[in-house]
Order: sequence, then C-alpha cells, then structure tokens
Amino acid sequence: MAPALNRFKPALGAILIPTLAVVVTMILFGIFVTLYHCDPVQTYALMYKGAFASSFSWGNTLERAAPLMLTALCTALPARIGLVIIGGEGAFVLGGLGAAAVGTWMTQEPLWLALVAMSLAGMVVGGVWIALAGVLRTYRGVNETISSLLLNYIAIALLNQIVEGVLRDPASLNKPSTIPLPDERMLPVMFGSEVHWSFGFGVIACVLCWILMNRSRFGFAASMLGGNARAAQLNGLSIGRLVLITCVVAGGAAGLAGAFEVSGEQGCASASLAAGYGYTGILVAFLARQQPLAIIPISVVLGGIVASGGLLQRREHLPDASVKVLEGMLFLSILASETLYGRWRWFDAPAPPATSPAPQPLMPLGEPPQAGASTAGAPGHAPEPTSAAAASAAAATDAKS
Amino acid sequence: MSDDALGWIGVPIAVAAGAIRICTPFLFVSLGECLTEISGRVNLGLEGTLVMGAMVGYGASLYTGSPWLGVLAAGLAGVVLGIIHALLCALPRVNDIAVGIALMLFGTGVAFFLGKPLIQPSAPRLPAIDFGGWCSNPNIHAALKINVLFFIGLALAPFLRWALRHTRAGMVLRVVGESSEAARAMGHNVDWVRLLATAGGGFFAGVGGSYLSLFYPGSWSEGLSSGQGLMAVALVIFARWDPVRCLWASLLFGGAGALGPALQSVNVTSCYYLFNAAPYVLTLVIMIISSSRHRTVAGMPLELVRVR
Repeated sequence: MAPALNRFKPALGAILIPTLAVVVTMILFGIFVTLYHCDPVQTYALMYKGAFASSFSWGNTLERAAPLMLTALCTALPARIGLVIIGGEGAFVLGGLGAAAVGTWMTQEPLWLALVAMSLAGMVVGGVWIALAGVLRTYRGVNETISSLLLNYIAIALLNQIVEGVLRDPASLNKPSTIPLPDERMLPVMFGSEVHWSFGFGVIACVLCWILMNRSRFGFAASMLGGNARAAQLNGLSIGRLVLITCVVAGGAAGLAGAFEVSGEQGCASASLAAGYGYTGILVAFLARQQPLAIIPISVVLGGIVASGGLLQRREHLPDASVKVLEGMLFLSILASETLYGRWRWFDAPAPPATSPAPQPLMPLGEPPQAGASTAGAPGHAPEPTSAAAASAAAATDAKS
Repeated sequence: MSDDALGWIGVPIAVAAGAIRICTPFLFVSLGECLTEISGRVNLGLEGTLVMGAMVGYGASLYTGSPWLGVLAAGLAGVVLGIIHALLCALPRVNDIAVGIALMLFGTGVAFFLGKPLIQPSAPRLPAIDFGGWCSNPNIHAALKINVLFFIGLALAPFLRWALRHTRAGMVLRVVGESSEAARAMGHNVDWVRLLATAGGGFFAGVGGSYLSLFYPGSWSEGLSSGQGLMAVALVIFARWDPVRCLWASLLFGGAGALGPALQSVNVTSCYYLFNAAPYVLTLVIMIISSSRHRTVAGMPLELVRVR
C-alpha cells in the first residue's frame, strides 16, 4: 500500500500545488470584482455558464481552445531546451497572413488541397519567424525573449502593411483585409458539431509534440540541452541544430493556429488576427509547466475563461479586460507557486537507489494526462525547464541554489 | 500645421523634434530598467508598468486637477508593480523573466480594466516650456515646445551615473549586481537592495508612462503604448548599463519612432506601417550588433550573466 502511495506522491504534489494557485487566484480576483461592486459568486457562476454550461458555450470554448493549444506549444517546446520564447503572436498573425495569401490564390483547386496548402503555408511562415529568434540566439547570443517579442511587433506591422497594400481586397473599405474565402471553402466542422477541425488538429499536435519531446531521441537530446547546456555540448550534441528544429516546430504550431484562424474563423487576414491568442498561449504553456499533454486540458479551461468574457461584459458590466486581469493574476500566482515544489518533504518521491534512478512512469494507466505529464517535472528527477528557463540551466541552478 | 512650407527640409526638423518628444518615455523606462538590472535582476514587466503609469497618471490628473500629482501617482503605481516583481523573485526557484512576462500581462490588463471610464474625459495636461517664441515658422515653434519631464530625465541620467559611481548606495547596488555572495559577505541584504532597486525602477517607468498620457500623445487609450517599455529593456543592453548612454540611445530611438510620421507629412505614405516598425527593427539590429555568441556584453552586471 505504502509503496504505491509513495509512487504517486510527486504527482499528487504536481496537482495540489497548481490547484492551490488557482484557488488563490480566484480569491484575489473575487476581491477585485467585489471592489468593482460585482458579486464574485455570481461572476464565477456566469463564467461557468459562459464556458461550460451548454453545448453552445462548449462550442465557443473549444473554438478558442484550439488556437491556444497551438500557440502554447510555441512557448512550451523551446522551454524544454531552456529558451523563453514569447513570439507566438507574431508567428500566429504571419501564419494567418500566409494562409490567406495561399487561399486567395488557390481558388480552383479541390478544397482539401487548398486547405492543406494553406495550413502548410502558415506552418512554414510561422516556423521561419520563430527560427529567426532561435538563429539569433545561437549565432549571435541575442536574448531570445526580447527578440521574439520585438518580432511580434514587426510581424503585426508587416501584416498591416501587406493587408493594406499588395493583398488588399478592393471591396474592403473601412477595415482592410485580404479577399475573404467563400463559405464553402472554409475549414469544415468536426462530426457535425459546432467545432472546427482546428480543435482536432490542436489535440493531435499536442500529442505529437509530446511523443517528440518525451519519447524520441530528439526529445532526449532536447531535455539534455535544457537541463545542462554544457553537458549536452560535451556529449557532442549539435546545439544549433536542436535549437533550430525546436524553434521551427514551435513556430510552425503557432503559424498553423493562425492558418486555422483564417481558414476556420475569419475567412480572411486582417488586423483583427492580432487578438492576443499568442499571449494567452504563453500563459497556457506556463500553467501546463511546458508539458505538451497538459496543454490540452489547460487550453480548454483558458478557452472557457476567454469565451465567458463576453457574457461578463453584457451581464455584469465588467470591462472586457477583466479576463486579462484574471489571466495576469493566474500567471503571477502560478509562478509564485513554483517555489512550493520540493518544499514539502511529504510530496517528495522516495529516495532513489544509489545506482539507478527510481522508475518514473511518464504516463501511468488510468491517470489524467495532466498528472501523468507532470510527473516528469517532479523535483529531483527529470530536468526542469520551467525553473531553469534561463539560457544556461547549469548557471541558473548554481545561482539560485 | 502642414510641413508643406518646409518641404523635405521639414523631415529632419520633424525627426529631431519628434526624437525629443518621443524619447522621454524611453528614457525614463530605460533608466528604471538600468537601475533594476544593475542590482542583478531583469524586469521585463516594465511594459505593463508603463501602461499602468499612463492610466493612473491620467486618472489622478483628471480627479485632482493637477498633472504633477498625476505624475507622482503614476510613479507610485510603478512602485507597487516593482514591489510585486521583487517580492515574487525573492522566492526561491522563481524566474525573474517569467515573472516579468506575467507582470506585463497583469499590468496592461489592470490598466485596461480600470482605465475604461478614462477614455472619454479630458484631463489637465503637463505644461510645456516654449523655446520657440522667437521663430515665426509654426513648425519650428511647435517643435520647440518641450516638456519639463524631458529636462528632468536629462538631468537624471548624469546624476544616476554619478550616484552609481560615487555614492555609498550606488556602490552597494553594484556589489549586489556583480556578486550576491560578496554582498552577503559584506553584510548587505541582497533581497532588500533588489527590492528597492526594482521599486525605484518601477517609479521611473511609471513616470515615463504618465508622460505618454499627459503630454504626448496626451490622452489615455488602450493602444497608447506600442512596446516602448519593452524596447527600453533592449535599449539598456545597447547602452551597456550606463545611464548617460541610455539618454543617447533613447534619443536615437525617439528619432526612429518619429521617422514614420515625419515622412507621412511629406506624403511618403506608401510604407507607413513599415516605417512605424522602424524602432523595433532598429532595436533588433542593435541587439544583434551588441550581442556576441562568445562573450558576455561588456559592462553587464555579472549576476545577469545567468539570464542572458
């Protein structure tokens, strides 16, 4: 009995600590809306109603969860190799722009071919965009956090320039956009539901990235680089190649999200592509502790919060920024909760035998994916990209401990 | 109002005038970030502080009727955000870059939330000093109306450089930033010094934000800041952690930001958005030039090397 319990203790800690952070956030946000003369209980009830209470709200939620999953991957994958990339917004809008360009050009081809081409275009553009940040990091030592954020602004400027210039639909007067796709050439919905295939592909992308990062040689090398850059170098890993591939995959995910936004939601590229999915994706990645499988449920929760924003605005007269406040509080408290890992001895895994580390099943049967994925982040075992997010994880651990 | 009277000669004048007008928020945020980074921490959240300062400054000016109280309130709002950053980062295993990103989102979120009722009304603005009374040309006259905050920043930069080199507080700050072990051995409380430095940095960034809403552009809106806070962080790297070089760098960035509108005034409008992206591109290019793969940037506080 006891050994079985011991095995799950780290997983239990990995669930309890974020839960605690969420509860703290809810209390803080409750106080915040109370100061704004709103009833917190009613606010949370409305949020639940707007997010998960009916099939209509579920549809809304999942629609928003799909881009969040993909943009979260844009932060989560580089985090595994120790890079803090927050350029998802830029890759998202340019991916959307690339897809819209291909879509306006391929009007006669079969629908599936056009959609595949649009998605590929989005992925390529997004991948190249984030690869820029990675290449600058590897070859010039440019701080990838700042460069990727600057690339966001440059990407939005490029989007505006192209949408107002070369690709402008002459019929769009007040709000310049590309030529809209006709309804029958948009991304179809899944199995007769309200939800587009973007959600399905988002889940598939998360699972594929989990396999890539946790079950492949590439992922092993990436974890090694994230854990200790010098050790990775001494073992003959090509750091430049690892960084490049990771950044291309990460940017490709965000670009794909942008492509789906165009082919599934908006039908054309315009300034409204920059709606902040890239930034919320960063939050999702950190909440998921950079684990691709944990991204799936957390995107759904965050998608629900975003989806309920409109209802809060209409019924409680809270400004639309209330969702942003909630997100910011959640982000801060989840980061603060990082300090609790390894604090409570009870949650620690039993000490491993001297020679070989204790077996840590990454995905125990019958356990929710969030918990299973989180065991990899248990203290003392797998390298911890979240806390060692600094460029050189080795140096980071030296300085922090 | 049009630059037609001056034609193309108007462009450099407009850029120079715009550089002074636009550089002030850059200058204050970069001085604040400089202070924070010299203590050995990076606060990426100054973008959020800037927006928060703009909102609080505008609101305080509206309700008290005094723009200078607005500036003070904006600074205090920055102090609060700085303290949040410092307290969270003092916890073990909490990463200052990540906290900065979170504060960026949190600060802008709270500012947009509380700033909703401030979009319509018009608050008293900061006064400008008129240096152009002698000049009959309205363009040059307008260009020579310079805000007092700019001069405060102008004086602050050399003062901070002097203080960092020659005062006890400056020495302590630098020791903490160069080696926290050495500072601890000397009996200084590292977390406390960093708290003060981050709070002070937040004060400057908040003041920079109030300039945005109280002088130029001079009103509160959600699109007020376009990444100035963030560019200022990059600018500190370019200025190699020296307050006076921060001043020159801010002027350069201000000029880059003024390029798009200046060209628009002589009817070069074809690439308006691209010219508006000039400051971001400039920042990126400068970072590429001033970084290196093999060595740390000269002058970088050694405690920062680990987050580079």
